[in-house]
Amino acid sequence: MSKATLALTGNPNAGKTTLFNALTGARQHVGNYPGVTVERKEGDYKKDGFEAVIIDLPGTYSLTAYSEEEVVARNFIADEKPAVVINIIDAANLERNLYLTCQLLELKIPLVVALNMVDVAKDRGMDIDVEKLALFLGVPVLPIVARSGQGVDDLMRSARDMVAGRIAPPDMVKLKISYGEDIDQTLLLMTDMIREKNLLNKKYPSRWIAVKIVENDEILIKEVVAADPDLAERLLREAEKVADHLLKTFDTYPEALIADHRYGFIKGILKRGIITHHYDENRLYTSDHIDKVLTHRFAGPLIMLAILFSIYQITFSLSALPVSGVEAVFNWLAGMVDSILTDGPLKSMLISGVINGVGGVLGFVPLIMLMFFCIAILEDSGYLARVAFMMDRIFRIFGLHGSSVMAFIVSGGIAGGCAVPGVMATRTLRSPKERMATLLTVPFMNCGAKLPILALLIGAFFAQHQALYMFAFTLLSWIVALLAAKVLRMTVLRGAPTPFVMELPPYRFPTFKGLMIHTWERSWQYIKKAGTVILLISIVLWAMMTYPGLSPEKRDAFVKERARVEVLHESGSEALEKLLLEIDNQEKALTLRNSIAGKIGVAMEKVTWLSGFEWRTNIALLGGFAAKEVVVSTLGTAYSMGETDPESSTSLGDRLARDAAWSPLVALSALLFMMFYAPCFVTVVCIAQEAGSWNWALFSVFYSTIFAFILSTGVYQIGRIFGF
Amino acid sequence: MKTISLRHMAKNQRGTITAVKVAGDLGRRIRDMGLVNGTEIMIQGRAPLNDPVALRIRGNTLTLRNNEADYIEVEIDE
Repeated sequence: MSKATLALTGNPNAGKTTLFNALTGARQHVGNYPGVTVERKEGDYKKDGFEAVIIDLPGTYSLTAYSEEEVVARNFIADEKPAVVINIIDAANLERNLYLTCQLLELKIPLVVALNMVDVAKDRGMDIDVEKLALFLGVPVLPIVARSGQGVDDLMRSARDMVAGRIAPPDMVKLKISYGEDIDQTLLLMTDMIREKNLLNKKYPSRWIAVKIVENDEILIKEVVAADPDLAERLLREAEKVADHLLKTFDTYPEALIADHRYGFIKGILKRGIITHHYDENRLYTSDHIDKVLTHRFAGPLIMLAILFSIYQITFSLSALPVSGVEAVFNWLAGMVDSILTDGPLKSMLISGVINGVGGVLGFVPLIMLMFFCIAILEDSGYLARVAFMMDRIFRIFGLHGSSVMAFIVSGGIAGGCAVPGVMATRTLRSPKERMATLLTVPFMNCGAKLPILALLIGAFFAQHQALYMFAFTLLSWIVALLAAKVLRMTVLRGAPTPFVMELPPYRFPTFKGLMIHTWERSWQYIKKAGTVILLISIVLWAMMTYPGLSPEKRDAFVKERARVEVLHESGSEALEKLLLEIDNQEKALTLRNSIAGKIGVAMEKVTWLSGFEWRTNIALLGGFAAKEVVVSTLGTAYSMGETDPESSTSLGDRLARDAAWSPLVALSALLFMMFYAPCFVTVVCIAQEAGSWNWALFSVFYSTIFAFILSTGVYQIGRIFGF
Repeated sequence: MKTISLRHMAKNQRGTITAVKVAGDLGRRIRDMGLVNGTEIMIQGRAPLNDPVALRIRGNTLTLRNNEADYIEVEIDE
């Protein structure tokens, strides 16, 4: 049997990702749907000779055209016609979850319902008659507990039977939802018109098209207009007629009436002995009692701050040991290369370009993994939704949405995210203006790639208060991003707000497997970047910093100088060694200054002296446009080149602290510039893609760089006046 | 029996939705989340800054902003 395609669909928080992880384990790949940046998750399933590709469709509450996610889910089902769609529903939230199921049934697709969290429902005193539910829906319903894997094998057997044609797809003759006399008659009329012309009949059922037109679904209407403009006009006229009538007689909209009837239909089914409550439905559960504290007027925000702050403490203290371990490994590697190879361009490239460059980045992997792990706990436990709930009033002040908080946090609102997925997380925002404002300001957050620079400079200059400084810089990034959003929403992005309505899911203990997959996925993205883009850039930068090298005359001058001091001092004496070392360092410094990068850096000093940056910092910041973590590796390369002994154990931080061109004030100015200047080019590409135009991406590059320069110059100059 | 806007309901007050007077994206979203005529709700609480409001619906929790709650009419017992 060839591999069947199964699609997973369901409400957010219904346990879809947990089921997906249980079915596919580590055999997953993440990509994007063409044209949009909604994540496309795909995995392989194999058991008892049944092989399938499982697509994890984005979580949706409905199949209207409310968000990109809903459109993606709908199009996937209609266009790719998966062999079976598995609809996962939350047993403890049956009524709302069945709303999506109804719409899937109307699409007349092969459907299997996975009734998840039957254990939770039982604890809540709910009895669900699964067989009866299956009978009324006309599709198989399988009770499962995705977290423990209970019932999952039965579910897959049922899916397999449906693929093999042993179970018939839903019979819609038996199941037709009535939308009230007025709408039903219009639907009947429209369905006949659609059927007569075979309108989009390969993609959708005729009645479904009619329902969507009456519901005023803009995307589907566009599709219909494109397929048959004449018929579309006649259909729209019918829809308008019934809409006018409903408004006049009932003071309501067709879409409202349709939703009412769908819920009515669900209620009708559930009332026929499918669900029995043993307790009051709205009684409070453990999760609600936790919420009384965690979203409490006074305690809530304080606990939130405490939780966020403790994440820094945990990640920094726990990661210290593994970070120095990784560093030691790369130092050892550099030493090995140094002793094996003879001096020359290859050795220089391997040590300065490859090992220092990649090692500098990989050294921070343990820290980043810990950070991602903590974020995954907040996400999977349901706490992040509470953060959005508590933060919305504040975000709205800045013209953003409570959901913007996700994009900000993913980008590094809790330091250590990445602006690339952050920019992509803005997809959940519906209003183009709030989305654009979020898109253009999330790169200000402290992403995982900025962490190495923060850690380096804070460690070198403000070592006594590391955690405090980290926290302060994170708060600062929030303030700057929010103010920038407000300014954008008042100028280039003026407009009305988007609906907030969202769910506060019950708190759940995250599963270990889920946390690991989450953490690994994100860390792997970071490591991959280190192995590919950063390695390449590190080598290019090494070349830029090495070539063209000194002219023969200048090199001769150094040779003569060496000969001169050798005559003056006794050979092997300490004084001579010291002099020779100084000459070597001077030659290397001059070589770098004479290189391509050096020339650019020196030229830039004409402007950057205002914020206290010398040419080496300029080179590093230039490299940072390629990827922020390159700033560290470039500084490493730039400084290790001026040193004689690559085996020296002094870290880059110590070297900077000893350097005359650096001071705490310069470090502060550099930190501010680095935090707020142009996003890395990967982010810029994503912004261009999300915003749908390169103009916005270029705008992002220029406005942030200019802002960062003004800020760091201001701080540096004022600091100098006060004598720092 | 009295009908008031959801915004003006007090904490722990119960009621039944009688109308959702808004079309377009906001109306669709509100209805997709299960806030339709005849639904019983209870105010669970409000965010630290009094907005958004969290409400209990069929044993689960939804939140919405006060200015969105304005469109929802609720019948309450007195």
